[in-house]
Amino acid sequence: MSDTSLISRTRYALAENRMTLLAAILFALLIFCAIFGSLLAPYSPLMTNEGARMQPPSWLHLFGTDSLGRDIFSRVLIATRLDLGMAISAVVISFVVGTALGAMAGYWGGWVDAIFGRVMDTIMAFPLFVLAMGIVAALGNNVTNIIIATAVINLPFYGRFARAEVNVRRDLAYVEAARMGGNGAIRILWGHIVRNILPVMLVQASLNMGWAILNAAGLSFIGLGVRPPTPEWGIMVSEGASYIFSGEWWTFVFPGGALVIAVFCFNLLGDGLRDIVDPRRRT
Amino acid sequence: MSAAVMTESVPLLTVEDLVLDFRTRSGMVHVLDGISLTLDRGEILGIVGESGSGKSVLAYAMMGLLDPAAQIPRGGIRFAGRDMLTESERSLAETRGREIAMIFQSPRTALNPIRRVGAQVQDVLLRHANVSKKEARKRAIAALARVRIPDPERRFDAYPFELSGGLCQRVMIAMAMACNPYLLIADEPTTGLDVTTQAVVMDLIREQVRSSNASVVLITHDLALAGEYCDRIAVMHAGHIVEIGGTEAMLSAPKHPYTARLIGATPGGHESIRDLASIPGSLPDLRRDLPPCRFIDRCERRLDCCATDALPSVNLGADHIVRCWNPL
Amino acid sequence: MIRFLRIAGKRLLGAVPSLIGVIIVTFLLSHALPGDPAVLFAGPAADAASVAQVRAHLGLDHSLPQQFLTYIWQLAHGDLGQSLTTGQPVMTDLVQRLPASLELTLVALIFAIGVAVPLGIWAATRPNSWIDHLCRGTVTVAAAFPTFFIALLLVYVFYFLIPLAPEPVGRLNDVYFDAPTTITGFYLIDSLLEGDWQTFGGALAQIILPAISLGLFALAPIARITRAAMLQTLASDHVRTARALGLSRHRILITYALRNAMLPVVNVLGMVFSFVLGSNVLIEDVYGWPGVGAYAVKAVISSDYAAVQGFILMMAVLYILLNLVVDLLSMMVDPRVRFEG
Repeated sequence: MSDTSLISRTRYALAENRMTLLAAILFALLIFCAIFGSLLAPYSPLMTNEGARMQPPSWLHLFGTDSLGRDIFSRVLIATRLDLGMAISAVVISFVVGTALGAMAGYWGGWVDAIFGRVMDTIMAFPLFVLAMGIVAALGNNVTNIIIATAVINLPFYGRFARAEVNVRRDLAYVEAARMGGNGAIRILWGHIVRNILPVMLVQASLNMGWAILNAAGLSFIGLGVRPPTPEWGIMVSEGASYIFSGEWWTFVFPGGALVIAVFCFNLLGDGLRDIVDPRRRT
Repeated sequence: MSAAVMTESVPLLTVEDLVLDFRTRSGMVHVLDGISLTLDRGEILGIVGESGSGKSVLAYAMMGLLDPAAQIPRGGIRFAGRDMLTESERSLAETRGREIAMIFQSPRTALNPIRRVGAQVQDVLLRHANVSKKEARKRAIAALARVRIPDPERRFDAYPFELSGGLCQRVMIAMAMACNPYLLIADEPTTGLDVTTQAVVMDLIREQVRSSNASVVLITHDLALAGEYCDRIAVMHAGHIVEIGGTEAMLSAPKHPYTARLIGATPGGHESIRDLASIPGSLPDLRRDLPPCRFIDRCERRLDCCATDALPSVNLGADHIVRCWNPL
Repeated sequence: MIRFLRIAGKRLLGAVPSLIGVIIVTFLLSHALPGDPAVLFAGPAADAASVAQVRAHLGLDHSLPQQFLTYIWQLAHGDLGQSLTTGQPVMTDLVQRLPASLELTLVALIFAIGVAVPLGIWAATRPNSWIDHLCRGTVTVAAAFPTFFIALLLVYVFYFLIPLAPEPVGRLNDVYFDAPTTITGFYLIDSLLEGDWQTFGGALAQIILPAISLGLFALAPIARITRAAMLQTLASDHVRTARALGLSRHRILITYALRNAMLPVVNVLGMVFSFVLGSNVLIEDVYGWPGVGAYAVKAVISSDYAAVQGFILMMAVLYILLNLVVDLLSMMVDPRVRFEG
């Protein structure tokens, strides 16, 4: 793919689809909040205030306060880092591990491939969220295990994709030439195969981010992983849920809204990236 | 003269000075330009040209089946008293399959892969013949028998992937001829079939239309095939009909340099012109502004006027027309 | 028909390796953990004596392969262990609660398919029109809402703000209705079988919001795949043939395009099932739904490990069975799948 066509396709994707532009802006905003959130937050996320409990949104507390008088705006802002961090870590792990395993299975074939296929099939045989829940419940209730669980359930997406792509390319002329040139398997895999499928895999990863965010937040929502009083969107929605029948909507709407924006942003971004990298797959 | 007698009655199909452009991302493509032809009842007309010459687009225009991106700034198509370009989609849909029908290349994909072939024939009858389901089934089986599909009652329940390509094309013909249309348009009907099957399919098409006095427009890149089955031939090049006339006259004494080259590229009249290595140059880019004669870059007989003056229409008698300033 | 059954049987056999894999994973999740599984199973309140008792009871003092055989043996007898919270066998608990979850899941799927497929067709018949963009936008936004958040929002808006929906107290509000006699275990069907329209209405009113919450996320994949598949078939050779032979618009759209487009749609249902089954866990609590999802959440919070494990195993088996159904459906849709076997 030549640079000019990439640029022109990027421009086309942005012009054709304003939504991709919106996604890029939201993405920048999210990253900004993740990095500088703790500096910008007007209050400490853990500071309770008996005198200011359950206050509706106001100029003093943009998103209102919760049952302990904590400032919801500060908590939502600061939670950005944890929520994005969990999702990004999980996606990176499954991306790297899945691609490596899938590439090796596709390259060597035989029993390596057979075992790989079995393991992926077994993961896919579970409803994924249920498996994630089981993993966290078994490994123990902490953030690391949320990341591991989310990474494991996403492994097959990358693994299978990489395996199929490598399988197709394994016997192509340029790979054959590299092999005859005396390059080792790892070197060929990385230099001649994986690097070529990377753009498409990255699209996959960004489409996967939204799902990873939902998954991590979902686990926290049912009480797995992140423990109160740590600010995290899923757990804040779950805490706010208790006040739904007394009408204190701000307790769950703002953290939930943050989740929606983050997921929406990554889904749009993935769509836009796909239009740039691989326009034919558009649905 | 017989030609005079025939023109007294209204021809079945008239295309008059048809110009057709496609709007695309990279600008207007001038696909057809100044196309005129007529077709009488019972006649088989071959339209011959390289791929990209516009012959298939012309066929779709005759069916009133044009892409929304197509624009027709000039010209008209009349079929059996209808204006195929302005008629409503609803009435066109009623005409198609009943009065005008079309068959395609690669018959396997042209049939619905997950519907029983008999049901597909039946669908046409149910739509156009105003019969009961039971009657439609009976007539569908009869239509399959008429194209000599062995054991039609059993084959009625077959899926396309269970039949050979030749049998699928017979099913296509049965569908197209089920309601006895006046005109059958056959778009490369033998492409993708093996050689013996090709002859069987072509014979079948000829036999079917002869028995019902229907006409055929045969779209093909195979001049030999057209020579064998057609009464008249129109040669297309880059959106122009460069020569049209009786098969005998044209093949024995071609007038347009392009026709002559096509014949030259078809030794013994048995090989196809798909391999056009012997014709230098390629089709011009139809997106650019084009000279009046679109063959000019490939022509060694060109004159100065070819680049400037509008394409002439030289009538050589007996409806043999050539569009060239310097015919052979 | 015989051919169909034979292939169906083959597919059933093909699911066996997945089943074995699932059993191994659930076993590993509980028996090969860092730390002491006996402590896990005994629960947080157990003292040393009861931990030792649990260890002996679970056979944790044996070797791992031996433990696995014991585990299989117990599974074969329908023994999933004892729940700490309810004091009942986990199997009994799950079987009791499964119909509620299944009913909710199926209604959610019907909702998702019923909305997304027509939406996809509509968009495909007018590609790149404002309708197309609107459909695409709507389902993309819907897919960004976490299921649990949607559940809360719907309750807040349609129960608290505008009281359209009944109180979210589970499958039926037992102040006004009696549960129908159990025939299928599905309230909607059982009430109909009894001819009790009022109960049916009550059950329907209860299930609408949770079903929408569950189904909303599935709209996007189904609508998008429908649109893409429809666009592809509408541009296919056989639809061109149908148009060239003047078949009616309706016939072309339904018999010649939609039926052919159904195969990818059916295949994406597998993924949708995975999601919807998993999400039961997230929303049952919000609606007080007495299903296996809410049960599992309670079990997770109280570290009732046998219950969690049993739930995971059951969900996996259910998912494998649903995938088999998807397989059989795609065989019914496409004769080619049927013949290739």
